[in-house]
Amino acid sequence: MHSPLASLIAPRAPRLPPRAGLGLKAEHFVDVLASRPDIGFFEVHAENFMVAGGPFHHYLGLIREHYPLSIHGVGLSIGGESPLNTEHLRRLSLLLERYQPQMFSEHLAWSSHGPLFLNDLLPLRYDTATLHRVCAHMDQAQDVLKRQILLENPATYIEFDEAQFDEAGFIQEVISRTGCGLLLDVNNVYVSCINHARDPVVYLDALPLQAVGEVHLAGFAEEADSLGQRLLIDNHGAPVDQAVWALYQQVLDRIGPMATLIERDNHLPPLTELLQEARLADRYLFSAQVQP
Amino acid sequence: MKLQETFSEALLNPHTPAPTGIACYNGDIDRRFAVYRNNVQSGLINALATSYPVVAQLVGEAFFQAMAQIFIQKHPPDSPVMSAYGSQFAGFINAFAPARSVPYLADVARLERLCVQAFHAADVCAVNPGLLAQALNSPEGLPHLHLQLHPGVASLHSPYAIASLWAAHQRQGQIQGLDTRQPQSVLVIRNELRVEVFTVSSGCAVFVHLLKAGNALGLAAAHALEADPDFNLGQALALLISNNTITGLQPALEASP
Repeated sequence: MHSPLASLIAPRAPRLPPRAGLGLKAEHFVDVLASRPDIGFFEVHAENFMVAGGPFHHYLGLIREHYPLSIHGVGLSIGGESPLNTEHLRRLSLLLERYQPQMFSEHLAWSSHGPLFLNDLLPLRYDTATLHRVCAHMDQAQDVLKRQILLENPATYIEFDEAQFDEAGFIQEVISRTGCGLLLDVNNVYVSCINHARDPVVYLDALPLQAVGEVHLAGFAEEADSLGQRLLIDNHGAPVDQAVWALYQQVLDRIGPMATLIERDNHLPPLTELLQEARLADRYLFSAQVQP
Repeated sequence: MKLQETFSEALLNPHTPAPTGIACYNGDIDRRFAVYRNNVQSGLINALATSYPVVAQLVGEAFFQAMAQIFIQKHPPDSPVMSAYGSQFAGFINAFAPARSVPYLADVARLERLCVQAFHAADVCAVNPGLLAQALNSPEGLPHLHLQLHPGVASLHSPYAIASLWAAHQRQGQIQGLDTRQPQSVLVIRNELRVEVFTVSSGCAVFVHLLKAGNALGLAAAHALEADPDFNLGQALALLISNNTITGLQPALEASP
């Protein structure tokens, strides 16, 4: 039951190079243009560029001339009970038209309810009704945006009593029904599995890894719940944890080299520090390439 | 289909219990639901602090967070475009009793909103200087001339020294000895990529306000003079021209062929 448009477009869709990329932050616009670092691609949050003009478009336009680009949406609310915001879809469409990114991705989550926008990626109950809703929204978005979308696996802190699928099974269903791809966030895999006392490698092996079109790596904050159990918060505010690097190696062993983003949205360090982390990811990618 | 509705309510209201139907392997549901609540609250507080950095500095972090939390409950975002969030913040501050001891706070918030709008305003080039000079040198056409201003241009008048307060919290500023009860008018512009805030005469603020509303130059200047006998049209135009804010001209149609 592939969306006809998505399956038509998918084979010809441009891809990101199988290298490390960085989230592009306004604080680094000038540095990036001045130093032109050797990096595989940049990624931006779509909603930050939904403004009429000014420095954001000025710098992104200049940087786009020199680098492949991935646009990452955080506000479409694919899993929302409300209909998709068509005004928001139109804004996304204009942005994709303007910057022609190699990739566009969104989240398996909800963030809006009616007119209310909650500015967070909220968890879904994995049942049949949610599956139909998510697939209908993905079909609609892929048709309007005329491209395949990568859907990101979420970081979650709670689950739901009446779930009918496990998360990997749910993602498998959405991908096979809509022809979308998977943005595999390895940090989210680790955070969710620790938070729900699961084995990350078992979860990984249950995912449709052949559909991965991009990988995300980020840092988390470590807390404890009121019973003293580990509670990991996906805050994008720290370097990638050693356990996540190890899991990343497992991913590369299974799928080979793949465009990999280093995400840092909070406690933003200087560009050079992020570039060092990207170099480390590149070393993993290079090793994955030379292996038989 | 009520799940996301109850979830939303519980996220925005710290005293509402976690929704029913959620689960966790060890049963510690409240602590885990609190992660989402905290993400929503801190994300929105950060968005406001990003748009209103001077307001945040004027009242301090603890006061700002408490005030923002109440604002968020009353005015949660209605769009995923967060740069637009908080447009009612100045009005809210104005009616927020605990902030009454800082009477200029609402006007500083108004100024900061204008700065955010200017920063993201559409890119429009200044009008050809030759054409502008020609239009301004025609005494009979001048009163009927319509000047289009850059979309980032805005003016604001306050009974408080908002421009000085704002400047004091930028790199070059000085807050010692500042008389906050000095009325000030400001002009906000975006010149190329920079947002700039100028202290101007009250007449100039009226003039810009009326031009922006689509009035002809003659009418805008007359009202500016009425509001401020010291209004200097030449100075006001020079300020607008030198900052590339005049982006179009519309000469009025001639009465006869």
